[in-house]
Amino acid sequence: MSAKTLTADEAVQFYDLDEHAHPEGHSTMLGFWIYLMSDCLIFAILFACYAVLGGSYAAGPAPKDLFDLKLIALNTAMLLFSSITYGFAVLQMQQGKVKGVQIWLAITGLFGLAFLGIELYEFHHLIEIGATPQRSAFLSAFFTLVGTHGLHVTFGIIWLVTLMVQLSKHGLIAANKRRVMCLSMFWHFLDVVWIGVFTFVYLMGVLR
Amino acid sequence: MSANPHAAHGHGEIEMPHATMRDYVIGFVLSVILTAIPFWLVMTMPLSAGVTGAIIMGFAVVQIVVHMVFFLHMTPKAEGGWSLTSLVFTVIVVVIMLAGSLWVMHHLNTNMMPMPHEPTSQIESAAP
Repeated sequence: MSAKTLTADEAVQFYDLDEHAHPEGHSTMLGFWIYLMSDCLIFAILFACYAVLGGSYAAGPAPKDLFDLKLIALNTAMLLFSSITYGFAVLQMQQGKVKGVQIWLAITGLFGLAFLGIELYEFHHLIEIGATPQRSAFLSAFFTLVGTHGLHVTFGIIWLVTLMVQLSKHGLIAANKRRVMCLSMFWHFLDVVWIGVFTFVYLMGVLR
Repeated sequence: MSANPHAAHGHGEIEMPHATMRDYVIGFVLSVILTAIPFWLVMTMPLSAGVTGAIIMGFAVVQIVVHMVFFLHMTPKAEGGWSLTSLVFTVIVVVIMLAGSLWVMHHLNTNMMPMPHEPTSQIESAAP
């Protein structure tokens, strides 16, 4: 059946039928990014709840009575410092220095713990003076939004510790590099959400 | 950027965004400035509440972009453009959701809440 010959006006077509190389984890970064986008939707819903319910005090305390901006500024600084220290860990990883990665990850973890400590202190203080989530719709929305962010930071720290163990066991193998970059995205993403929290909840709350 | 970011493609290595010290330092300095000014504005209140609110919301948007570019290494080319595509999609959904919720609930509040001239003291005194 090879009698058919090509004529000049018939374009020659090529088909690429071979499998392309799909190195392990080549789509992990994009997949993780899409997960973060879905996480973004969770926070958007909680922000929308807060925006709707944030003014319903039920004759209870308002943001002005509750929020201590100096404490929030300190908290924000902790998260911002942890962002740049994570950046240093990534830079150390690019130079192939596993020890440097471990040190900067540990420092990032400490800043994360400081952030959580301050947040728990704030929550404890609020609950102690009677500003519990049950008090008003504003406080329910507040604790849900800020608490969800705090939970994310908690899981970020658990992941960070896990990653440090994996790094000490296997060193800077491809899988660990990928994990460092995924946690980097997660960690910086949490900082992005916190920008929304401190602006919209705390600063705008005090202005209200 | 490294000499050839695609050199490792197809050899068991995966492509990762290349971070530089310069990016992180610029991002950090900008973030500190963009965080400090809103806090200072609200804590000392040199302007009216309305103007301050508009300014700090503007600063937040700028700071989010700074974090995206310098910390999350977002570029239009990252992952063949799919990162940016999913981000744009998410932003559209978020804007619809936020604006829609506020719009609907504002109208609901306006139409359903007790009229302002009605006495509300009974409700307040009933609260614990």
